[in-house]
Amino acid sequence: MALSAFHTPETIEQAVALLAGDPSARPLSGGTDLIVQMQSGRSEAGAIVDIKRIAGLNGIRSDGDGFVIGAATPCTALKEDAALVAAWPGVVEAANLIGSVQVRNRATMAGNLCNASPAADSVPALVAAGATCLIAGPSGEREVPVEAIPVAPSKTSLQAGEMVTAIKLPKRSAGGSDAYLRSIPRTEMDIAVVGAGANITVDAEGVCTSARIAIGAAAPTVVLVEDAGKALEGSGFDDAAMEAMAQAVRNACKPIDDKRGTIEYRIAMAGVLAKRTVMIARERAGGTA
Amino acid sequence: MNAPEKKDSFRLVGTRPVRPDGVEKVTGKAVFGPDYKAANMLQGAILRSPHPHARIRSVDTKKAAALPGVKAIVTGDDFPNLEDAVVQMGEAAGNIADLARNCMAVGKVLYEGHALAAVAATSEAIAQEALGLIDVDYEVLPHVTGILDAMREDAPLLYEDNFTKGLDEKPEKPSNVSMRIQQTQGDTEAALKSAAATVTARYTMPPVHQGYIEPHACVVTWKADGKLDVWCSSQGAFNVRSLVATILNVEMGHVRVMPLEIGGGFGGKTTIYLEPVAALLSKKAGRPVRLTMDRADVFRASGPAPGAVVDVSLGADAEGKLVAADVEFRYSAGTSPGNETHAGLISSVGHYRIANFRVTGWEVLSNMPKHAAYRAPGAPQVNFALESALNDLAAKLGIDPLDMRIKNAVVPGDMTMHGTPYGEIGLLECLEAAKAHPHYSASLGPNQGRGIACSYWVNYGGPSTASVAIGEDGSVMVIEGNPDIGGSRASMAIMAAETLGIDYDNVTVTIADTGSVGYSMLTGGSRTTFATGKAVIEAAQTVIDIMRARAAKLWGCSVDDVAWSDGEARCTGGEKAGETLSIGNIAAKADSTGGPISAESSVNPNDFLPGFAVHICDVDVDPETGHASIGRYTAFQDVGRAIHPSYVEGQMQGGAVQGIGWALNEAYLYNEDGKLDNPGFLDYRMPVASDLPMIDAVMIEKPNPAHPYGVKGVGEVPIVPPLATVAHAVSNATGSPMRDLPLTPDRIYGLMQSKA
Ligand SMILES: Cc1cc2nc3c(=O)[nH]c(=O)nc-3n(C[C@H](O)[C@H](O)[C@H](O)COP(=O)(O)OP(=O)(O)OC[C@H]3O[C@@H](n4cnc5c(N)ncnc54)[C@H](O)[C@@H]3O)c2cc1C
Repeated sequence: MALSAFHTPETIEQAVALLAGDPSARPLSGGTDLIVQMQSGRSEAGAIVDIKRIAGLNGIRSDGDGFVIGAATPCTALKEDAALVAAWPGVVEAANLIGSVQVRNRATMAGNLCNASPAADSVPALVAAGATCLIAGPSGEREVPVEAIPVAPSKTSLQAGEMVTAIKLPKRSAGGSDAYLRSIPRTEMDIAVVGAGANITVDAEGVCTSARIAIGAAAPTVVLVEDAGKALEGSGFDDAAMEAMAQAVRNACKPIDDKRGTIEYRIAMAGVLAKRTVMIARERAGGTA
Repeated sequence: MNAPEKKDSFRLVGTRPVRPDGVEKVTGKAVFGPDYKAANMLQGAILRSPHPHARIRSVDTKKAAALPGVKAIVTGDDFPNLEDAVVQMGEAAGNIADLARNCMAVGKVLYEGHALAAVAATSEAIAQEALGLIDVDYEVLPHVTGILDAMREDAPLLYEDNFTKGLDEKPEKPSNVSMRIQQTQGDTEAALKSAAATVTARYTMPPVHQGYIEPHACVVTWKADGKLDVWCSSQGAFNVRSLVATILNVEMGHVRVMPLEIGGGFGGKTTIYLEPVAALLSKKAGRPVRLTMDRADVFRASGPAPGAVVDVSLGADAEGKLVAADVEFRYSAGTSPGNETHAGLISSVGHYRIANFRVTGWEVLSNMPKHAAYRAPGAPQVNFALESALNDLAAKLGIDPLDMRIKNAVVPGDMTMHGTPYGEIGLLECLEAAKAHPHYSASLGPNQGRGIACSYWVNYGGPSTASVAIGEDGSVMVIEGNPDIGGSRASMAIMAAETLGIDYDNVTVTIADTGSVGYSMLTGGSRTTFATGKAVIEAAQTVIDIMRARAAKLWGCSVDDVAWSDGEARCTGGEKAGETLSIGNIAAKADSTGGPISAESSVNPNDFLPGFAVHICDVDVDPETGHASIGRYTAFQDVGRAIHPSYVEGQMQGGAVQGIGWALNEAYLYNEDGKLDNPGFLDYRMPVASDLPMIDAVMIEKPNPAHPYGVKGVGEVPIVPPLATVAHAVSNATGSPMRDLPLTPDRIYGLMQSKA
């Protein structure tokens, strides 16, 4: 399909009207997925709605003790917000594993989420963090957990005319921290063979009081493994609890065999990475001597 | 950095001046293949087969031709029929016919991505749209891509008339095996039987791509006078000229090839893909036509280097002296025969003294793109197998693997596999330097392993032409015909300035087009600094003789009384004794002493010497994930004499890195449908900078006595040892032998699991 227009709206209302008025129009944040896909013929956008000019969509503001990250905020900007880095180091590191510096100067977490790849790096970290996203559409605004957005590879639950305007991270609870790791054959410029995000809180005695574990590239969408979190809660991260957590993660995997990894390898690595991620989050939370 | 490293003997050889082409390249101004534009040019596009093997029943271009903006369409039918030439000229013409059919399919498409039609239009978008309007009726045929699969008796055949060459008797049935070659010495079977220790194993690897950054591109204009101008980057403009002229059946002198800067070739730009197609489009359209490949085209339709299945049996006596080697290797070739199998044979066991050997090579055709040369073409695959087996044999005998090689290394005077004695080679010096290096004795931590391997590459000499011309103001121009791939302009300038006794900055080097300088063979075989360097030095010496004669004229003395030193003529006898004339002085009066001053020299030296390399690598293997990361890497090489040490080190480092990529992650992945699953840099995983430590390059300088400055070829041998070196290190770190490349994390993990 030939591209008929490149729109640069200045308000969310204008953007929503443009998207609602043309079913072939696609929102563009950083464009690092969209433009590549259009060039290779994998995406057939009839028009582009660039959201970067919309006031308030590029930047991070605090919302009580939480954070609201505008949908057009590039990943590298996340690293510059000291409060965000202190509260959600795992989310920031996940977003800053994407591509290379050049890619991250453009790429956004909202784009990463809405591209709906099971291997999207920031998404397991966001899911583990309990992040939500703000959606604007023809019938107004709504807020949903990030895990509600991707429904299948390259498919989201967004309705016609809807777009993500921001990603919200909750207040960081005391004694908590998070982490993200991925497995790739090289050290960068690669797509996750499997990824794991962990967000935990630890009390003064070193006991885990809450844990959310999410894995990427191991199923058609990023998976929040509730049993894995439960396996850790109440434990002091002893070997048995960690193994039970890893087993829950492996049980939740429904990966495919492809050029990037075999089913067996992906399942095994999901367990390994989940353990390592939990240990990093625990250390960041101050739960380990 | 700029102080000469051989103060006593040379002023400039061994210094590290800035390369002449550097500023243009780092500022993004240099014009590479895809950058070139000609006035009034059309954009071409190529229709490529979606099938790995199919008969072309018909190609209907009517709808495409009717699209406004389309100026020309070409199919295989537009190519001259080369069959007559094949009948008359035999194998050489057969190769040209193969190459022509690779540029554009005739009758059958033989791999996914095989070109079968092309369009030239007023814009890229129109050209692409026109491709979609071409109707091709395919009869899809069964395909085969794996080496062993293609060798099976019931394999789908690429050609009904391919009968394996080199067998004792002509086979009764056609097959996909194009050739068998064999070299034997002594009684290998008997020697293996009586050996104190033996090892036998099979080693495998898929094809890999050369991975140059710059995709293939050209602009061609077929002018109204019947002559052609071609602009492209390649490893040899003269090579492009002869291939284009032969395929299109035009006179060689009617094809002029303008070399553009080359963004990497590594052997992959020693052939052509696009130029004849662009030429035929231009002929029809009457305008210049540009063709470019995108990255997926480059992966699907150019390169790669052969994949291999290699069986090795090695035997040694109790002291570790090798007594026998039985090597049987099978190389993939894609759709038509190449040179890699021959090169594999001569690269296999010749770096060791082995009384008994039998080396057998098979070349196997299949539905992959026609393979192309890749840096020491044919050597890394067989070397991986031989060196890996040798490491196993050393371990079995309890001998240090470097000592094992020191015991068996060839020395000057020993025989090469091609029947001439080795000259002043430095293999033993490399091995001893590696043994003495602190890297080899550094301690290792848990999950770490160290590997070593050693290699040989024949190198080459071959024909070259260069001229040296003096400008009216005394400036010095060197004009040569070899594209500058690894810093050769700098080396030519150093050698010219050294010979003339002038500053490096006073020499300007031009890579000339095929109409502006005499013939030079392409840049390949690590030959350019050696052979073209000889031509430059000879031409500079002739220019010195001319300038001495001119000075004698100006001084009115005998030429015997004119010496040349420090870049000027010095009168040593008669009235003017003690006077000097600079090049500028002589040039200013050239018109009155005989006219312009220049000399061209053509050489064809065969006194080149081979290259040897020894590598040491440490890896860390993550025991839970199978990731191998390179912790430390040191490359030792017999480099003859380094004219510009930075570019010699650069060759050693670049070769090591490409070999590391080959060992760890690179692979052509064909799916069941015979289509390439990873035609891009995302999933064709070359190493990125953060994957690698600094590669320490240790140059061992053992000059070639046959070259005025001691040059030996250095560009290819460093890609050979990393495969076995890295595999040895990973084997030692994990305790599992690594015999199948690439050593991806999941493969290493699987081997560790099956051992546990
Ligand atoms: C070289 C390279 C390397 C890469 N490496 C990685 C990697 O390591 N890990 C990884 O996860 N990804 C990687 N990617 C993919 C990509 O960079 C990321 O997914 C990135 O986060 C996408 O963000 P973007 O802002 O560029 O998205 P865009 O390309 O702008 O958009 C992506 C998709 O989301 C839609 N979209 C964008 N914004 C919105 C919105 N506000 N509301 C609704 N829909 C929207 C678009 O229409 C499009 O369908 C890589 C890409 C490249 C080119």
